[in-house]
Amino acid sequence: MIDPLVIFDLLLALGIVALAVAALATRESFAMIVVFIVFGLVSALAWVRLSAPDVALAEAAIGTGVTGALLLKTLHHLRCATGQPGQNATQAQISAPPVPVGVTLANAAFCGLITLGLAVAFLGAPAAGPGFEGLVAQAMPQSGVEHPVTAVLLNFRAYDTLMEVVVLLAAVIAVWQIERGLSDAPAPVMGEVWQGFARLALPAIVVVGTYLLWVGAEAPGGAFQGGAVLAAVGLLLLLTRAYVPQPAHRGIARGAFVLGTAAFALVALLVASGGRVAFEYPLAHAKTLILLIEGMVTLSIAVTLAALFHGREPMALKHEGKDDT
Amino acid sequence: MTPDMIYGAAGIAVFGIGLVGALCAQDRLRRVLALKLCSVGAGFLLLVGAWREPPGTPDPVPHALVITGIVVMVSATAVALALIRRLHSLEAEDER
Repeated sequence: MIDPLVIFDLLLALGIVALAVAALATRESFAMIVVFIVFGLVSALAWVRLSAPDVALAEAAIGTGVTGALLLKTLHHLRCATGQPGQNATQAQISAPPVPVGVTLANAAFCGLITLGLAVAFLGAPAAGPGFEGLVAQAMPQSGVEHPVTAVLLNFRAYDTLMEVVVLLAAVIAVWQIERGLSDAPAPVMGEVWQGFARLALPAIVVVGTYLLWVGAEAPGGAFQGGAVLAAVGLLLLLTRAYVPQPAHRGIARGAFVLGTAAFALVALLVASGGRVAFEYPLAHAKTLILLIEGMVTLSIAVTLAALFHGREPMALKHEGKDDT
Repeated sequence: MTPDMIYGAAGIAVFGIGLVGALCAQDRLRRVLALKLCSVGAGFLLLVGAWREPPGTPDPVPHALVITGIVVMVSATAVALALIRRLHSLEAEDER
């Protein structure tokens, strides 16, 4: 008797591969992005089956939700810049000389070889060698939280997470620099229904985001998932024009971008100054410190992701333009 | 047939599809999306490595690594998309 869940796994895996092919094979850019979003959500489901609910949440919220929004925003921008909103965004690039078929085939063969190597490595790896789960379980009482993934992220391997927050900060700095002086695409017009939907949904999203942050100490959830959900609040506010970024708010935004990194580094320095290794939190205050860092990082992530979606530094065009000329 | 074998194969396939797309696609947006597919495939393999037969608990360290990877990927995607928008507007100016 075959386990029904195995059939489910097989169908899900087949669906994931088919969706990946479909996303790249679809000609129309908008359809491509929509198929990609479906692919991301179905992968998140598969990751739940691999007993990784934290990762599934992060993938659904950040990897699919925020990435999908970023892709759609860019597509909208490309179509507006081309001048014909209904036109396919790939139109402008058709003038580029076509790549010879031989080169494409060589590339595909090269990719096939790499994938084959990966498959050999995967099959050759020891089936279930001892990982870190034993060590993590042993050290859990000293971590200050009850959820192993949060303990690894914010305590045992906190350097990784600090650097991750720095990468996010670097990304928003880079985007603001790249888009400096870029003309703004006209914002998509959202109907009355959107305004009402935003009004109804925003409080609920804020509650869900904060809950995800809080529950991360003992169950799947945490700063990144909560931050991404709160970023959705920013996206909705920007899309419904309930909040229009003002040049005067740039200082606040910059402060919010740095807040997570600064709080994280400051806690590490404070802990280190007490004669300990950085991130070796004193047990009595471990949970407080972790929640403090997570709270600050969540705020930072939410504001940074919303800023990445908005793209251009607010009004930088007019101000810097006037100063330069 | 255990979930790790099934999803491991799916992860390798998704990684390969993404790699082909990243190297062979013409459209820039499609290339960025293909790289994202690659990262999802890599995430699959890490999670499969962390998976243990049901009574056992999964290894949390790869889980944390994949979460870090997802956030780094969204940062990289945002920068790549900003570059695409900039490049596109520069090309539009050249044509005029």
